[in-house]
Amino acid sequence: MNREEIKPFIAKRVAKELHDGDVVNLGIGLPTMVPAFLPENVHVTLHAENGIIHAGGHPGEEAEPAYVVDAGGKPASVQTGGAFIDSSVSFSLIRGGHIDCTVLGALEVDEKGNLSNWIIPGKIVPGMGGAMDLVIGAKKVIVAMEHTAKGRPKILKQCTLPYTAVNCVDLIVTEMCVIRVTDGGLVLEEINPEFTVADVTAATEAELTVSPNLKPMA
Amino acid sequence: MKRVIAVQDAVAMIPEGATIMIGGFMGCGNTHGILDALARSGKGGFTVICNDGAMLQGPDGSECYGVAKLIRNRQVKRLIATHVGLNPEVAQQMNEGTLQVDLLPQGSFVEMIRAGGAGLGGVLTPTGFSTIVEDSEFVHSVVDVDGKSYLLMRPLHADVALISGYEVDHYGNIWYKGTTRNFNQVMAMAADLVIVEADNLVEAGTIKPENVMTPGIVVDFIVDGGEAL
Repeated sequence: MNREEIKPFIAKRVAKELHDGDVVNLGIGLPTMVPAFLPENVHVTLHAENGIIHAGGHPGEEAEPAYVVDAGGKPASVQTGGAFIDSSVSFSLIRGGHIDCTVLGALEVDEKGNLSNWIIPGKIVPGMGGAMDLVIGAKKVIVAMEHTAKGRPKILKQCTLPYTAVNCVDLIVTEMCVIRVTDGGLVLEEINPEFTVADVTAATEAELTVSPNLKPMA
Repeated sequence: MKRVIAVQDAVAMIPEGATIMIGGFMGCGNTHGILDALARSGKGGFTVICNDGAMLQGPDGSECYGVAKLIRNRQVKRLIATHVGLNPEVAQQMNEGTLQVDLLPQGSFVEMIRAGGAGLGGVLTPTGFSTIVEDSEFVHSVVDVDGKSYLLMRPLHADVALISGYEVDHYGNIWYKGTTRNFNQVMAMAADLVIVEADNLVEAGTIKPENVMTPGIVVDFIVDGGEAL
């Protein structure tokens, strides 16, 4: 798989996890590519934690960056039927279970579904922003990321970096495979036909159980 | 009726070393006029409670957007925030040891401010449990309620809150535009001195009572942003 194909491939697979009518919060980067791959009959409501329900993209010439931005601080818009809310309501929606799904990247994920994605102590300290609330509050937490970082596994027996939250991840989607987090550990459910199970286990530190119904990822 | 003051008067009311809440998200909803004047004042030693350090290269063409001006000028000694990634000068001053940064989960941060303004003793949230947030001085304790673990977060309160309103009437009633409401609404309740910068100062009655987002009774002074900018 070519380097530039990786992110769209992951985003396309994540899109299949979303259902018509879902309220979804997308992290910055790769997750924002997901809506482009939704089938025509699936419409989701995007929530931006800084205060938009039914968030839309950059409105072009109509942009008012002083008044309407997304959670990355970039000019944004609100779609018909949407709302602007304050941060207290926004995070009440998040913690209160009103967000169906969140998709975000990770530095590390481990066998228990623990997630680390906000700090590399001494190196990068951007802050957790809304991530800690999103992963404990959203009904479904999908980690969308490249399988390894410079060849090093990111799916570990145990995270080494500070947690974003514990026992929070439901599904991991990478360019190699789809892994479900279960009470019994990580289950390999789908595999990109370009790779073998041995390729996946070699690139994964965590123990993987291969599903008896292992399917090709597409 | 609330007193409309000049931006310089607002700056004069903010003491050296004050704890200041500044509404806004990545600069959107910062009180740009007051912050410009405060940045020029040379006052410092502030503890700033703001979601973030705003950003460099603002959409208004500024080199430092909103609260980033105070950071550039080293007027902030402590920043209580949730995300500082868009302003690299925060990390730089943190590494130099000249700026103390306390990072909190955004949902906890906003509720701690709400609690501070609402007379609540704290916030019980599952967010941050089993993470390094537990080490924060803003966590009172880990509390078990019917088998579920929560962090008891302390309320946040400030000496001064700088609130940005799109329409503000002479009674101090505020209507926020777009996403600028963000933290402004809770912060307007959580400080001893509340100064609102009005993008548009309007006659009483212009904002329908049903549409008032922050009631004017919590506002102390109004700066006419139309004149300050």
